[in-house]
Amino acid sequence: MKEVAIYIHIPFCESKCYYCDFCSYSNQDNIVDKYLKYLKIEIDIYSHILKDYVVKTIFIGGGTPSYIDAKYILDIFNYLNKRLKLHNAMEISIEINPKTLNKEKLTVYKDVGINRLSLGVQSLDDTILSKLGRIHTKKDFLETYRLLRNNGFNNINVDIMFNLPNQSIKDVINTLNEVISLDVEHISYYSLKIEEGTDFYQMNKRSQLPLPNEDEERLMYHKGIELLEDSRYKHYEISNFAKKGYECKHNMFYWTVKPYIGIGLSAHSNINQQRYGNTGSFKDYFNDLDNLKLPVTHREIIDKATEMSEYMILGLRLIDGIKKNNFKDRFGIDINKVFEDKLKMLHSKSLLINNSHTVKLTTKGLDLSNRVFMELL
Amino acid sequence: MVNDRQKRVRNFSIIAHIDHGKSTLADRLIQKTGLLTEREMKEQVLDNMDLERERGITIKLQTTRLIYKANDGNEYIFNLIDTPGHVDFNYEVSRSLAACEGALLVVDAAQGVEAQTLANVYLAIDQDLEIVPVINKIDLPSARPDEVKREVEDLIGLDCEDAPLISAKDGINIDDVLENIVQKIPAPKGSKDDPLKALIFDSFYDSYKGVIAYIRVMEGTIKQGMKIQLMSTGKKFEVTEVGIMAPQKVAIDQLSAGDVGYVTASMKNVRDAKVGDTITDALKPTEKPLPGYKNVVSMVYCGIYPAEGEEYNNVRDALEKLQVNDAALVFEPETSIALGFGFRCGFLGLLHMEIIQERLEREFDLSIITTAPSVIYKIKKSDGTEILIQNPTNLPEPSETEYMEEPIVNLNIMSPTEYVGAIMDLCQKRRGIFKDMKYLEETRVSINYEMPLNEVIYDFFDALKSKTRGYASMDYELKGYKRSKLVKLDILINKELVDAFSLIVHEETAYERGRVITEKLKDVIPRHQFSIPIQASIGSKIIARETVRALKKDVLAKCYGGDITRKKKLLEKQKEGKKRMRQVGNVEVPQEAFLTVLKYDEN
Repeated sequence: MKEVAIYIHIPFCESKCYYCDFCSYSNQDNIVDKYLKYLKIEIDIYSHILKDYVVKTIFIGGGTPSYIDAKYILDIFNYLNKRLKLHNAMEISIEINPKTLNKEKLTVYKDVGINRLSLGVQSLDDTILSKLGRIHTKKDFLETYRLLRNNGFNNINVDIMFNLPNQSIKDVINTLNEVISLDVEHISYYSLKIEEGTDFYQMNKRSQLPLPNEDEERLMYHKGIELLEDSRYKHYEISNFAKKGYECKHNMFYWTVKPYIGIGLSAHSNINQQRYGNTGSFKDYFNDLDNLKLPVTHREIIDKATEMSEYMILGLRLIDGIKKNNFKDRFGIDINKVFEDKLKMLHSKSLLINNSHTVKLTTKGLDLSNRVFMELL
Repeated sequence: MVNDRQKRVRNFSIIAHIDHGKSTLADRLIQKTGLLTEREMKEQVLDNMDLERERGITIKLQTTRLIYKANDGNEYIFNLIDTPGHVDFNYEVSRSLAACEGALLVVDAAQGVEAQTLANVYLAIDQDLEIVPVINKIDLPSARPDEVKREVEDLIGLDCEDAPLISAKDGINIDDVLENIVQKIPAPKGSKDDPLKALIFDSFYDSYKGVIAYIRVMEGTIKQGMKIQLMSTGKKFEVTEVGIMAPQKVAIDQLSAGDVGYVTASMKNVRDAKVGDTITDALKPTEKPLPGYKNVVSMVYCGIYPAEGEEYNNVRDALEKLQVNDAALVFEPETSIALGFGFRCGFLGLLHMEIIQERLEREFDLSIITTAPSVIYKIKKSDGTEILIQNPTNLPEPSETEYMEEPIVNLNIMSPTEYVGAIMDLCQKRRGIFKDMKYLEETRVSINYEMPLNEVIYDFFDALKSKTRGYASMDYELKGYKRSKLVKLDILINKELVDAFSLIVHEETAYERGRVITEKLKDVIPRHQFSIPIQASIGSKIIARETVRALKKDVLAKCYGGDITRKKKLLEKQKEGKKRMRQVGNVEVPQEAFLTVLKYDEN
């Protein structure tokens, strides 16, 4: 049976963070109920498409999934169980904002089988947190974290950001050290990117965002990697670190280009040689599903050449890179045959290591990965 | 013998400063005489290139016949030959004027006489034309028709007492203009029975009919089936069709003395119907050809290169096609180390250059890179020989050069008095030598400078416009050559000389130019994995330097299921941008970098 990963999007938040360009809305509590009903309609449609698939991972993301009432999560999982074939050893993740959790929610999460919790922490400096528009403090995080541990959760991710306004290298190392001392299983360590349409974008345009310069930003990244590796976290993707065996299985589906289905507003799917994205508008989402139609706005056919290049640019995000025999097994052709000139050229620019078994980025290649991916498109 | 029909023919052009409403008046005349219905009438019928309509200028001359029933009860045939308005196209203006007996001089009632008004009037006077002044745009709140009439009388010496005061835009007093044409412009002379003598004033290639020549018949008659001879080449052809432009071509039986129309004669090559040549009857030739035109001289040169090497042949084809209708455009192949294979092109002036570039891009859908414009320099070499160069890369070593001369123009600027200070400042910076200043009226002056053409071609007009909020007008004519301290300014990127950036500049401005160009290049050259020095040099001496810092980071921190489509698009865009870059050594240089040397930022 083929394996598939399922992503479910919960586009609700208590308030929108200043840097956030995800599909999420605050002050839409009145449609949470309706939205969750429609998620089930979408799952219905997929129950046919996924006849021959077994679900290996589920990821509830947002927005803030922990913001909505626990009964909805319970409801959705009951429905998923009814309509889809779920593997009995699934990885099931949910994203949590430290301010929004309570004992009741946690109990439900446990009951429905959620076994991986991803905490959006970003920083342990309260001044920085408030400047990001986060609703929680360091204290909120520590309390939530204790609660999770006390309830027996043993696979916890913490999201940390660097390259933040007014942030020094010392600030970010302090945050990392504190999180490491908690012995979390997984750390995502992201560089802030200013996205169009966010509050930060506007502030930056008006030069009101004192961001670290490029040298400082790279120093934060590389110092962070050093510290995490010294603390026995394995750097396994450009921005992701995990204790042995705790790599995020769901995200590995994306990076190894395995089938996945996105359910909910703006969620994306990649299955049967197609990648497509759902609408970001509630109105269109409801309308399409009323007509029992997938609420898809754009669709791309992935031919073999595209698939190969995507396999490269996603696979090279992984620090271990791409195993040449995996490429050959999947595409029936030697990786060197397809990308020989490009690999040679990128190697000559010291961006890439190309040995007999593996292709992977160099440290410099990690900093300039877009230059590599661009060539492989 | 002038027959009755001929007595009722009027051949005329409209001349004006740019934007004074020449094309609008032409449209109005067409509409008033009932040639087109309102519905058929696009704005400005005669400007038929998009580019012309957009820029509000006429580049190629157009011709149309109108029928006008005058107040005296007779029907008159008007042949309106539209002319380009810009100084660069004086050549074309004189071509159309040679086919006329008169010209309407359109002057803007708000702006008054401008630099190009004068230039065009002098061309018409040279051709002995009857000039009929028309004061346009009287609908404008700022119109001051009486003052402008006085200006025309004082500056040009034309009697303006009966000059029609019109608004071409609102259709006011157009009848007055039509009557003036009948009464003031003389009927053509010449006998239809004399040996044929017809002037070709324009020609172009039509893929169905072959070469079509626009002609003005001076003497005799031309009709289908007749054997004709082109007097400059002696080549003979049989006429396949004659006709009039209405403004679409309409075949008629014959054209005779005084008429304006077209002729086709299975001429395959446009050079067979050279503009300015005289057509005569092969069996009964006239003795002496018409005077024709002087050959045009290119004043400005630049390199035109395909943005992508494989387009070379397409660029050549396009230039050839443009040249067919534009004798003033010259080109020859050249190669650049930075840009590969391309063409050295000569133009009448800066506007002409810009028009050609834009036509290549729009009409032929080509992506091109142009190098900095240059003029023709005279170089006296140490061995006593003299050479002409227009490409900086051909400049001999300073050790082999005795001295250099550069072209100097007489520059005339007309402007409201309040901008005099700014204009003088600008001219001074551009090595202008003040000649004189005349008050046209209390608030307007005419300023004359002597200035190296080299300074005029770098963005001077744009600078003038911006310093005078568009109020100043200018015109220039070549005066001669003058000895000057000129140097070749080179630009090195990552220590490699990029020939396409080389410029010839005056010694005193070299440092400033070098500094400005390196600063601009620093901003447009993308960061690479290594740092890139950008230097300006004269000979082996570096006079300015900037550095493009090495790129430390180009990475997408996050990439999950929902990000792939969008992030791939970003990468594709990035890749597309990279594809359009030129490889100079191991540095990728974007096309816009080549524009930086074209603009001389005053600030």
